[in-house]
Amino acid sequence: MSTTVLARFGNELYSGKRSYDFVGRRKLWFIVAGAAVLIAIIVPLVRGGFNLSIDFRGGSQFTISQAKSTDTVVGQNAVHSIVPGSTPRVANVAGNTIQVQTDQLTDTQTLQVKDKLAAAYGVNSNEVASTFVGPTWGADVTNQALIGFVVFVGLAAVLMALYFRTWKMSLSALTGMIVTIFVTEGVYAISDFEISPSAIIGFLTILSYSLYDTVVVFDKIRENTADISTSTRRTFGEEVNLAVNQTLVRSINTMMVAVLPVAAILFIGAGLLGAGTLRDLSLALFVGILAGTAATLFIAAPMYAWLREGEPALVKQAEKVAARRSEATV
Amino acid sequence: MARSRTKRPGLRTLVWLVVLFVALVAALSGGVLVAQASWAPKLALDLEGGTQMILAPKVTGGGAVTPDQLNQAVEIIRQRVDGSGVSEAEISTQSSRNVVVSLPGVPSAETRQLIQASADMNFRPVLAAGDPAAVAKEKLVPDDQLPKPSAAPTNASDTNWVTADVYKQFEALDCTQPQPETTQRSDPKKPLVTCQPAANGTPAIKYILGPVEIPGTDISGSTYQLVQGQQGAVTNQWAVNIQFNGDGTKVFKDVTQRLNGFYVAAGGERGNDARAQFAIVLDDKVLSAPRALAVITDGRPQITGSFTQTSARTLSDQLRFGALPISFDIQSEEQISATLGTQQLQMGLLAGLIGLLLVVVYSLFQYRALGFVTIASLVVAGLMTYLSITILGWTQNYRLSLAGVAGLIVAIGQTADSFIVYFERIRDELREGRGLVSAVENGWRRAKRTVLASKAVNLLAAVVLYFVAVGNVRGFAFTLGLTAIADLIVVFMFTHPTLQIIARTKFFGEGHRFSGLDPVQLGAVPLYRGAGRLREASEAARGSLKPKNAAAAGEAGRRMTIAERRAAEAEQQTDLATATKSAQRAERSQEEN
Repeated sequence: MSTTVLARFGNELYSGKRSYDFVGRRKLWFIVAGAAVLIAIIVPLVRGGFNLSIDFRGGSQFTISQAKSTDTVVGQNAVHSIVPGSTPRVANVAGNTIQVQTDQLTDTQTLQVKDKLAAAYGVNSNEVASTFVGPTWGADVTNQALIGFVVFVGLAAVLMALYFRTWKMSLSALTGMIVTIFVTEGVYAISDFEISPSAIIGFLTILSYSLYDTVVVFDKIRENTADISTSTRRTFGEEVNLAVNQTLVRSINTMMVAVLPVAAILFIGAGLLGAGTLRDLSLALFVGILAGTAATLFIAAPMYAWLREGEPALVKQAEKVAARRSEATV
Repeated sequence: MARSRTKRPGLRTLVWLVVLFVALVAALSGGVLVAQASWAPKLALDLEGGTQMILAPKVTGGGAVTPDQLNQAVEIIRQRVDGSGVSEAEISTQSSRNVVVSLPGVPSAETRQLIQASADMNFRPVLAAGDPAAVAKEKLVPDDQLPKPSAAPTNASDTNWVTADVYKQFEALDCTQPQPETTQRSDPKKPLVTCQPAANGTPAIKYILGPVEIPGTDISGSTYQLVQGQQGAVTNQWAVNIQFNGDGTKVFKDVTQRLNGFYVAAGGERGNDARAQFAIVLDDKVLSAPRALAVITDGRPQITGSFTQTSARTLSDQLRFGALPISFDIQSEEQISATLGTQQLQMGLLAGLIGLLLVVVYSLFQYRALGFVTIASLVVAGLMTYLSITILGWTQNYRLSLAGVAGLIVAIGQTADSFIVYFERIRDELREGRGLVSAVENGWRRAKRTVLASKAVNLLAAVVLYFVAVGNVRGFAFTLGLTAIADLIVVFMFTHPTLQIIARTKFFGEGHRFSGLDPVQLGAVPLYRGAGRLREASEAARGSLKPKNAAAAGEAGRRMTIAERRAAEAEQQTDLATATKSAQRAERSQEEN
């Protein structure tokens, strides 16, 4: 094989021989994205919030080393027998260590839970360490991160509007980013993965990755549509679609290169180690990179075409294109 | 294309890159030899462990700490810690009573002091000032001449506050020696005899101060800046600005009105009435005691004097952090081990390595020999990031957490994207029929814009989050910005110059089928002529297209895709039909291979 599949694929996409209709079928994409966002909003509401880590909530933490069993149900039952109706989170941490986190308990409850857990896991109660921890990620950290997010989105919108000379690209790019964030958040809500500070950092990475990816594709769109007013070959929407197709190989390559190391961390590292910083962070990145790439292709670009198509100058241009085409067929 | 015709384009840039590397390595080895730098990056709390301090907050005047105050205390300590570098400290509360501060490594004496430093700040008017040393026995004011209050004091500046006892205390106090740290705080309703410690060449001063007029909690903010002259020009004199809240503004107006009265009565600039001064008191020590040169009605006084930039910043920080009437006692200070241990780091690095290998395989599969340029660029970017992180660990106390390591691994993707964008542009140019040398230059011109615009987004995110966010997020922002800059340096100073050079080699220039830049594989050649001629034709190839296209559809033809152009040409250029057909046959046979 002297031509790789993707290279030929790239040639065909670039030459226009092969084309995927990203722009034309936008209704479908928008509906899919809308449904995904809706699910991402409803699921946490129904579940009563996210699975926030102890870093956000604080609480009591019991650590049982050298446990005889790694069954998490045993631990849950043990806590339930002391504090009925509580929602303990029991996790098996690397090897034979069991970690049990609960809401804040009273001192008596703490002692009782400690004994129960020791009995349940067949260890002495001095091998059950308990700590009373407050959130390390307090409201002040969240607030500052949110302020940072808002300032960034505002400035990024202005930056893109200035660079591309149209606010419509800013709006489309931000919409794509918001869809990406919601989809990523939704995956956390559905999979019940814990949202830890690492996951938040993952979200922030995705934020910048998503916009970054969109800017690269939009730059090609800008180039292709620069002299749209004098061209009668293609309508604006077709021109946008061509740009997306021409950068498709780049989108796929970039996504692959970005996602491969993340997938390695997610599946290899976290698979061997279980929950932890690596898994929390890499899940957000894994989902976010896939969703971010897709959102650029299926949401941001079609949305931009849709926002611009109604402009009088482009409507006229579309008429000219149609006229030229009917002329050609006659 | 004058640049591409010079003898060895790109070589000079590569030399500059080497110079940059030598400079970085020299800086670091200098640091290792002379200062406390090391060749390995500093690790954060989760990977290296560190010191854990449990602090018990104490409210002035006793009483329990409310949860609100505790949260405020956490915020203040976080500000103090973040102010000393990007060290990713962890700060939390324990048992709703204490604040737990975990710092990576062994905190310096400075950092420790910064955290412990209690914050009981207030403003008192000055009643009297004097030389720092204790008054010698023979010079003591005789008992019968000691001040005797004639009436109850009417305001905080009233000298009736100075009783015989207070005056004796004032005489006995020796400010030439450092004062011992005490946890006892003075009564805000009584006068205070205290020192302004010597600092920055200013000798110590001894004061009698009136009762507290404005508590530190009335300060809403403080900044420092260079004083602006009357024409708005910046002078080289530093000033500290204070911003009071509503209550503070009202009281401060009354206070400055009274103090300014003393100032004017004593003869203004030449006057020497200590009562024109108000003292900023932190933990019962005077930080600064400026004179009230004017009545401040808007609650925004500006303090000027013999500030350096450092002393202005210090005072401004103290004013900001001092706005909380809470002090801290260290209950315990102990070493803690790394929370994640070496296993997590090793797994993370292993996973990263596997990921990197996958990227290598993918790049070679996609870009053939060009993939080696990607890999070399990633290696250069990796080295540059490593050096920067290590140097920043030394100078800025930048520490790498596991999240940071993962962030760096992820950065591989975004760094590689710059090359992918660039390579795809070059391929596009080849598909349009350019020769490699001009395809590289043209592709670069277009890719450069895209790369700069997209990296600007990343840098924006990094800068905004760094300046706004706190704690972990700040460390993350730092990493993000660092990798974005390293990426730009590598694309501009390594990848592009390297391509300029290899475009002139036979292997790449003639489009060897393993070069990743073979025009035949990219579908460029069959359109026009024999492959051999096109490669030599380079610039001319594009020019020669124009007459044909002009025949087709005028201006619009320029915007045709290759497939459309192909169809148009098949229709109109019958003389070319045979060539096209044979070319298509050639392409088909390529595909079948």
